[in-house]
Amino acid sequence: MTIEAANPVPIARASASGPLIQPRWVRVTHWINALAMFMMIGSGWQIYDASPLFSFIRFPREFALGEWLAGALLWHFAAMWLLVVNGIAYVTLGLATGRFRQKFFPIRPREVLHDVSAALHGRLSHDDLTVYNAVQRLLYLGVILAGIVIVFSGLSIWKPVQLKWLTACFGGYDAARYVHFFAMSSIVAFLTIHIVLALIVPKSLRAMIFGR
Amino acid sequence: MPGLRKSSSGVDAKLLIKDAAKLLPEPSRRIFLRGAASLGALAMLTGCDIVDGPTSESVLRVISRFNDRVQALLFSDATLAPEYPESAITRPFPFNGYYSEDEAPDIDGDTWQLEIGGLVGNKKPWTLAELNKLPQVSQITRHICVEGWSAIGSWQGVKLSDFLKMIGADTTAKYVWFQCAEGYSTTIDMPTALHPQTQLTLKFDNKTLPTAYGFPVKIRIPTKLGFKNPKYVTAMYVQNNDAGGYWENQGYNWFSGL
Repeated sequence: MTIEAANPVPIARASASGPLIQPRWVRVTHWINALAMFMMIGSGWQIYDASPLFSFIRFPREFALGEWLAGALLWHFAAMWLLVVNGIAYVTLGLATGRFRQKFFPIRPREVLHDVSAALHGRLSHDDLTVYNAVQRLLYLGVILAGIVIVFSGLSIWKPVQLKWLTACFGGYDAARYVHFFAMSSIVAFLTIHIVLALIVPKSLRAMIFGR
Repeated sequence: MPGLRKSSSGVDAKLLIKDAAKLLPEPSRRIFLRGAASLGALAMLTGCDIVDGPTSESVLRVISRFNDRVQALLFSDATLAPEYPESAITRPFPFNGYYSEDEAPDIDGDTWQLEIGGLVGNKKPWTLAELNKLPQVSQITRHICVEGWSAIGSWQGVKLSDFLKMIGADTTAKYVWFQCAEGYSTTIDMPTALHPQTQLTLKFDNKTLPTAYGFPVKIRIPTKLGFKNPKYVTAMYVQNNDAGGYWENQGYNWFSGL
């Protein structure tokens, strides 16, 4: 079986009676998270630019949210509530319904290597969207972990006195800023792959909108 | 700026005019999101134009006030900012302001007085010599700027909570407002004013506060972002109304606690 672009399955037929791929709570939390991430990253880039960690990395103002630092901070500290409340709901439901265990595990290194190679050769099957391949499992689990790290490193930067024990876990205020930056970078890298693949396999995008 | 020297009142007219000009809204200073590509994308996502203009700004400000209350709840006067050894002090400690270092107010310490007002028993103004005679405390703490960078400094001065009690301030009042020589101002909450590390600072690194760091008086608050640590302080008022501040009025979060 080749990838979807080369061998499209008729979408209407597949969706009419197929199994439920994405339950409602996954779809709702996914799109709320997409909106929250968009606002957090856009405003975060503007905040980063006020005092860059790397002289060779600056984000163009066209991609920034908030016009200037104060606006970006207002966006960042407003969208954080959406990100965190939605994230807690998603992780709680993922654990409580057993979906994380069922969808993301087991992750076997051999299967990851095999599926990476298959993906690079365009031979990775997406026939059954209810089962994640080893690369998907690794990436989805990885981005959830990056999400947890970005929230806690963000709290460390925001409250380095009241939550100083948390800031100390990241190696202090300055180190927490680097952790926050690299967590953002890994999420943006994930998003790049994630969006490209969703466009290559449009029925996966459809499933995240309609469920089937 | 020779004109600034020996300004007996501690206030320079030229600076004040310049400062007032900066307070006028200018496009780059507004928090509106006009012109951003991401703005268009979000407008498309939401199907309306909420991200541009006064609607989004007022919603964001409401959430910012909510965040003030959350931060006030999170604040504890038993939680101290971490202190550091002398070897950790950042040298040179950066000058920071919305003006360049040579525009910083050059105040005559012999004629300067700290004006006291509001809900205070004894409103007698204080001279620098009188403040220097009060019991002094010291701290080496991290100054964290709203921009993200930080620097460790060493500050000596009078514990603000002791000073407030000494002058008979009503510590049940909600706010303490500070006015500065260059027109800067900020308002802090009373719990923060009474925090054991909040300091009416007279020295940096055991030497008289240099002009760059706020001579003659700076308020050092290691539990708040740098812009809530006013320099060149000329007046302190204890009051129940929030008088805002230079940056707060332009959109920075009011509480800005660490």
